[in-house]
Parts: sequence; C-alpha cells; structure tokens
Amino acid sequence: MRLVILDNYDKVSEWAARYIKRRILDFEPGPDNYFTLGLPTALPRNHPESYHSFMWHNFFKHIDILPENAHLLDGNAEDKVAECEHFEEEIKKAGGIELFMGGIGPDGHIAFNEPGSSLVSRTRVKTLNQDTVEANARFFGGDISQVPTEALTVGVGTVMDAREVMILITGAHKSYALYKAIEEGVSHMWTVSAFQMHPKTIFVCDEDATLELKVKTVKYFKGLMTLHNKLLEEKSVEPSSKKQRSN
Amino acid sequence: MPGNKTVSDSHIFQFKNCRILRNHSIFVEDLWVRDGKIIDPEKLFYVEKGYADFQIDCKNAIIAPGFIDVQINGGFGIDFSSNFDDIEGGVQKVAKGILQHGCTSFCPTIISSSKEVYKKVLPKIKIKAGGRDGAEILGVHVEGPFISKEKRGAHLLENMATYDNGFSDVLDMYHDISSVRIVTLAPELPRSLDVIREFVDRGVVVSLGHSMASLSQGEEAVKHGASFITHLFNAMLPFHHRDPHLVGLLASYKHPPDLRIIYYGIISDGIHTNPCAERIAHRTHAKGSVLVTDAVAAMGLPSGTHRTGTQMIEIQDKRALIAGTDTLCGR
Repeated sequence: MRLVILDNYDKVSEWAARYIKRRILDFEPGPDNYFTLGLPTALPRNHPESYHSFMWHNFFKHIDILPENAHLLDGNAEDKVAECEHFEEEIKKAGGIELFMGGIGPDGHIAFNEPGSSLVSRTRVKTLNQDTVEANARFFGGDISQVPTEALTVGVGTVMDAREVMILITGAHKSYALYKAIEEGVSHMWTVSAFQMHPKTIFVCDEDATLELKVKTVKYFKGLMTLHNKLLEEKSVEPSSKKQRSN
Repeated sequence: MPGNKTVSDSHIFQFKNCRILRNHSIFVEDLWVRDGKIIDPEKLFYVEKGYADFQIDCKNAIIAPGFIDVQINGGFGIDFSSNFDDIEGGVQKVAKGILQHGCTSFCPTIISSSKEVYKKVLPKIKIKAGGRDGAEILGVHVEGPFISKEKRGAHLLENMATYDNGFSDVLDMYHDISSVRIVTLAPELPRSLDVIREFVDRGVVVSLGHSMASLSQGEEAVKHGASFITHLFNAMLPFHHRDPHLVGLLASYKHPPDLRIIYYGIISDGIHTNPCAERIAHRTHAKGSVLVTDAVAAMGLPSGTHRTGTQMIEIQDKRALIAGTDTLCGR
C-alpha cells in the first residue's frame, strides 16, 4: 500500500488530481484503448444533489468526454437488479477498471458497502445504515426524512477487480476508520480494509485523518514523500498492462 | 462532436468561456443552445447522450438578455419628434443602431409636440417584432404634451397642453393612439384622474413625470392606475422630507394592493442623477428600478453642435446640452 500524507483537504485534492492525470496521460488512451476510471455512485438522477448532477458540474462539463463513455448507475431504474448486472457487464466490456477512486465513510465503508457487506460483493442494491443516512442529510437541508434509504453501489469485489485503487480520506472524523482500515486486520466491518489484499492501493489523506495512526506508521510514510511525488512526474512502470488491455 | 439525433437534428451550440446572468448574479458557466432555445446540458449529456456541434469561445464576455429601453428620443442623427422625411426609415435606423449596444426592444419616444406633428408621426410608427435588422418596437412613448410647463425641461413652451375636457382632448391632440404604449403626464393637471383611467383601460402604461405634483397627488394618480415614473428625480420636485413629491412614491404605503409594483425610470449616466441619489432610490425600492437612456438624436454622433429637428444640441464630453444653455437634454 502507498500512504500519501498531505497538509490539508486542498492539497489532498490537488495531489490526487495530478496523480489521476498522470496515470491517464501515461496510459495514452484512445478509441481502442479505454482508460476506465471508476468512481462511487448512487442517488436518483434529477435530484440536484444526485451524483449525476455532482459529476456533471464537477467533472463531465469541464472535459471533452463523449456522453456514451460515461456510465453511471441509474438509481431510478425500474429493474434495479438488472441495472446492477448491466453495470458489471459494461465494466467487463470496457476491459475492466484501470483506476478506481473513492473515499471512505466514518464507518470505514467504501462506496455504499456498509459494515457487514461481503468483501467479494458485486454491484447491487444496498440499504443504507443510519450513520450514512445522517451523514447524507446535509444534502437534503438537514431533513432526514428526505434522504434516500437505498442505493445502488459497486461491490467491494467489483472495486477489488480494478487494477489500481485510490482512496481519499480527509478530516479527523475519518481518522478512526483509516486506522481500522490499515493498522488492523481485514474485516467486513470496515470494508475498506479489504484493500490490504489488493496489489496496488494508494491512500491519500490529510494530517487530521492520521490522528488515530501510530506515530511510527505516519513517520514511515511521510519519509516516502519524495518517492510519492515522483509518481506525479514519471511514466508508470508497468508497460505490460497496456498490452493486456487491447483484446 | 455531433449530437445524438434522438431528439432533434438541429445543431447544438455551446458558448464557452463566458459568464452568464442567472438568479441575480453573474457567474462562469457555459450556455447551450439548440433551435433558438437554451437547453439543459446535463439532460443532453445523460439522457440524449449528445454534445455540442459547435463550440464558441466567448473570451470571458457576459451573456445577458437583451436590454429594453422605454425612453429613447432618437439616435444616429434621427430625432423621432422631428424627422418627417422618412419616418419608418428613421425608426428602423435607430432600431438597427441600438442592437450593437445590447438593446433588443425599445419604445420610440416623442416629446411634447404640436397636433400636426402627432398626426404625421404616430400612424407611421408601428409595433414590430425584432430580429437581425433591428430591435423590437414595443410601441410609442408619448412624453407630453400634457405636462407641467414649469418642469418641461427641454420641451418647447408652445407645445404644452392641458386636457380640461378630459380624454376627448387627448384624442384630439394625438389623433391616432393605436401604437401608443406609454404616456408621460403630470397628474396635477385638472381631469388627470379621468384621463389616467381611460389610458389604463386601453392598455397604455401611464407614467408620471415633468410634474410639480405633491406626493398625495402622485398617490391619487397611482390609485387610478398610474404605474411608472418618468426619469426619477429629473423634471419633478425634489425629495423633501415633509413632502417627498413623486420620489416618495417609491416608499408609499397608500398604493392599491393589486398594483404589482411601481416602476421608475432612471437615467444612470452619472450626470442626470448623482450616483448616491440613484443608490438611495435603489435601496428603497430595487424591484422598481428601470434603466432608461432618454437618448437624443445625437447619440452615436461625435462631439460638437448638431441640429436635431427643432433644436440645436451641443455635445460636450459626455453631456448633451441645449446649445447656449446649461440645460441637459436627455442623453
């Protein structure tokens, strides 16, 4: 695992953005060579706080991606199960996820894989737990009754299949989850811990998120910052991954 | 990048690198248009899976709705009140000329004139939709002649008139009011309340101005249907703390409950009104604020002396004065 520790939220955002940009450029994507970027999903479209709106305003409208290449889970789908299965199909068709980027909840969940989710789960409908519903209330004017209680989400297994996983964690309220995710064992109660079993995971966090970690851990990874920053400049050291992709 | 043609074959235009006016603020955002209508790019992206056929770089310009000028006496050498040779052509010249200033609709304004002039001019100015060839003509604004001679400003004394016989005098003066949409009158003149009622019943906006009216006279006029004030502060008695006169209408509680809001024109050139006076009016009643140019024939012409129909106008710096005097004559 790589653990990149930066001063604050803005620095984390910038570093992560640069990293993703570097990865995409190094990959040299094209019409026959998709760089598939995975991002977490969920609330119904049309709602101003839906991920569709969020993704449009914060990402898609600023880049020249073709609409047909943007695949979002549709929370309004009639047959939600079919929608999830279809999503998994789309991922396979695009050649698998090259890089998945996500955050974690205070309960250590990745996407909406709440504590107790199977660590080999696939894209499916999940009922949200109370903590998550409360955390999401801020998007609905603080009115808990408005918050959706179900969401479509990629599974832990789905993300584990990605060739690289990047998790962003900021704030003191996430620090305990980060501790559980990387200093304790793999547990379905802290689903992010599953990535201890993934060959290429990178956690990017701010100082506050490290508050529950051992000083030793933090010192070790901070010492590697020069190496981490090199990742932003050089070509990726896995040219073979490109050849695997073009079938 | 062609749009997906499931909804329409028309081209999609994306205006980039621009600022738009929305919900009372200006912010950076692209504007997407198809078939002359603004479309929702999010819907286009997710539902139609479409994108822009043409992208236009606006170089940080602001995209805003076209301006509406309800008081403009002419421009580019044309004076609506005294250009009789080619009236339609004159109006068209102004309509075209103001487009590049962002004005897409206007009310050609006729200042206090004689019966003969109204007979000649009014029938020739038609309400007309706008387009590439010129701004929309909303209708005529007849500013006078039923105004106060003490507050006539640049209007000629011999053209002042009254309507002691009520609306029949009005029809006698203007002759054809079919394209009149705004009338400026002084509500202290006898029979004003009847005349105002008649105009309002015919769908004409009654604007109070060039007047010596007190606040209560103004309030009566509003009760009878007046809904606009012509160039606030100019050609009326000033705000006085014991009788704010027409300026007081901005804060009166005596307006009828079904009157939506009282609007007031403001000539915001920094010369006709002191910016502080403007701000006071705006802070008192922002919703009613309507910017007007009150532009004269000299608008669009360079510095110097110009003949505009009945008067000589002198342009000094940014001021247009009646030649030989210090009286401002609109802008």
